[in-house]
Parts: sequence; structure tokens; C-alpha cells
Amino acid sequence: MDMNDILETTFTLNGETVTRRVPVRQNLVDFLREAMGLTGTHIGCEHGVCGACTVRINGEIVRGCLVLAVQVEGRSVETIEGLTDSGEIADLQQAFHTRNALQCGFCTPGMLLTAQDLARKSPQASREEIREHIAGNLCRCTGYQAIVDAVVSVMRKRCEAAADGNSRHD
Amino acid sequence: MKAPPFNYTRADHLAEVFELLIQHGADAKILAGGQSLMPALNMRLSSPALLIDISRLGDHAPQLTAIRLQGACLHIGALATHAEVGASPVIRKHFPLLADAATHIAHPPIRNRGTFGGSLATADPAAEWPACCVALDAQIVLTSKSGSRQIAAREFFQGIYTTALQPDEIITEVIFPVPGEGWRQAFVELARRRGDYAIAGVAALAKVDGSAINDLHLAFLGVGDKPVLAVETSRVFVSKGFSDSSLRDAQQALAIEIDPAADLYTSAAAKRHLAQVLAGRVMKQLLAA
Repeated sequence: MDMNDILETTFTLNGETVTRRVPVRQNLVDFLREAMGLTGTHIGCEHGVCGACTVRINGEIVRGCLVLAVQVEGRSVETIEGLTDSGEIADLQQAFHTRNALQCGFCTPGMLLTAQDLARKSPQASREEIREHIAGNLCRCTGYQAIVDAVVSVMRKRCEAAADGNSRHD
Repeated sequence: MKAPPFNYTRADHLAEVFELLIQHGADAKILAGGQSLMPALNMRLSSPALLIDISRLGDHAPQLTAIRLQGACLHIGALATHAEVGASPVIRKHFPLLADAATHIAHPPIRNRGTFGGSLATADPAAEWPACCVALDAQIVLTSKSGSRQIAAREFFQGIYTTALQPDEIITEVIFPVPGEGWRQAFVELARRRGDYAIAGVAALAKVDGSAINDLHLAFLGVGDKPVLAVETSRVFVSKGFSDSSLRDAQQALAIEIDPAADLYTSAAAKRHLAQVLAGRVMKQLLAA
């Protein structure tokens, strides 16, 4: 067992395997932004309060500023760039745009990942549950109303689409 | 800010952790979920020479992450996350107190990573799990190279960020006696916003028969330098039942039993008052259940 200040780290980033030499004290967001050039994940408070750095590790949302980059060895990391390219959240992004659910955009990537997390886990969540789930993502522009509206509209549409899909197969 | 420089090693087996703790002592810090340690590092409140990452120990030792019933006891592996504890069917069935408390711990991304054992080892006086363990009279299992020992949660917490953990030990699991027939549980907390650090909170375990309260364990958080088991307050409710007048008596007992310190937002007097209010709320919740 070695003790190190730089560690070779191999993990999956948005579906592709990458191997990099990583300074052990570097957090995941800094690594994604500086070493990988993925600047969609933002750095806000750097102590786990603001949610701007939200990414997915093995499918679960985490604070990128509270994870060391070397800790993702062997894991699957997904960022806003990956979710955008795959089209997984295209409808959420469109709804944020349509409903003016962002102004400066700083919180938006984290907000989208958190909203998508809830939409996947409880597709019929109430307005209150949506507020609760995004409570750890701070937005200083919108007052949240438009964000919650956008998430509600997408979840409703997805449920309708799922119901249509099911009835077509009946 | 960025974390200060440190060395890092990822342990695969407990034996490696014990060797490193013996070798490095207080210069080393255990990294489990990192949801308290990483902020402390980023704010330069902590500058260990070595981080020992134990987050992968569960790959080789599944009991460290497991949540399981064994006989009349529930065992929670120290590396189980807050989210796993909150979602566990066994816990929802037998320990609704823990399932409820989990929803008050920060936010989903933090609950996905923070660990049960990590919260106990950190011993933040405003944290939820320590108070729950005290109310439920849990046993905490501490393990070192020379073996394991059990200590009651009621003895484990010694002060702010201070516990009975020795420098060569880590928490490996926590054991709870499953309450039998007639026991009820409740958790109530006040925070400025959901997910913020608690101003005050209370975890409760009670044996209720009709309107009689036969036994009661109230453990308060955020109102002292460690979780406070409010023995005298509980005794008032057990001897007098719950009524407007017994509540007033219990609130007076509580005011003497707790010694809250002011924080940035809340004076000591306000905390004492809020704890008294919570005492009433938690009793109503227990009796309504």
C-alpha cells in the first residue's frame, strides 16, 4: 500500500474510460474543470452548501466539492455535459428555457441534475417534494418559483407520455 | 478554498487501517463519507498529514455497510450511508425514528455519501444520529488491532466533537435493541431552513399504553455540547402523563437539564425556549401515533 500525493486514477467519465494522474488533494469538480475541461459543473461555496457542483457517481447525485477526484477510481461519473449529450434531460432543459427558470445560469447544471434525480426516483412527486429535493441547490436569481414550475411541467409530461406508451401496448 | 496538502491512502482491509492508525496516530484522519471532513479541509479547519480512505472497506467486508436484523437487535454497519439507513425497509418497519431523522440530514446528495458511523465519530452536537442513538440506547462497536469493544451511546459522546474513540480505533457498527410491542418513536427538529443545521431537535422513544406513558427516553440535540438525555423531563411525563400542567412541569425540568450555548443565529435563551416547545410537540406526536 503506497502513500501518495499523486495517484493514477481510472474511471468512466460520461461513458468513456479515462486514466489520469491526479493530485490527491484535488476535489472532483476542480479535476473535471481543470484536467478534463468540463466546465459545466460549477464551483460555488466549496463546502457542500450551494449544490452548484452536483454530479452523478454510479447514478447517485453527490457534491463534487466534497469528493476527492481519486475517490472515483473504478466508478462511473456523469456531468451536465454527459446528460446533455445523451438527451436524457433535453425536456428539462427546454422547460427551464421556456419558463425562464434561470437568469445567470450559475446554479442551473446542479439544479438540472437534482431535478432529474427526483424525476427518475419519484416521477409523480408533488410541488412540495420537488422543493424539498432541490432545497440543497441555491439559486440567487429566480426565487425558485419558475424552477419548480419547469420541473412540475416536465414530470407531468413524462407521466402522460408513459401512460400513453402503456395504453398503446395494451 | 482548497484543501491543504496531505497524503492519501485507500485501505482495502481493516487490518491496513489499524496499522496506519498505530503508525500515524493523531496525524492521520479517517475519510469515510467525507461530508464533514471535506468541508473542514476546504476551509482549512483541519490539516491532517494523512487521509486514510475507508470508503471501500465494504467491498471486502460487507458487514461494514450492511443493515440487518440479528436476533432481537438491529445492526447498522458504520459505512452505511444516511440515504441507505433512511430507505431501509427493516429500519422503516422497526425504527421509524431513524427513517424520519434521515430526512432532516442536509440534502439528498449529502445523504448519498455521508455515513452513519462518520456522523457518530464526528459527534457534532447538532447532528441527528447521535441523539437517535442516545434515545434508542444503542451500543457502538469500536474496533482496533487488538479487537472490538462495545460502548453505550449514552457513554460514547463526551463533548463537542469529542467521543470515547481511542486514536487506534474506528467505529465498525452500531447495535440497537428492537423495541417490542407498545413502544413508539418520534423525531422533531427545528432548523432555519430544511436541511440546515438544527437549532434544536429531539428523538423520543416511549412505551405507551392508552394514555399512560410507562417509559420515556427523550434525547435532545443542538442544546448542549453533546446529545442530552433528558432524564428528569422524561420522569415528569411518566409519573404525571401528558397534560397542559404536566407539560409545564416537564418544561421547567428541561430548562434545568439543558445548558445550551448561543450559536451565530440563536441565543441560549431562545434555544432553551425552543427545546421546551419541541418537548410538547414530540409528546403530542408520540401520543397521536
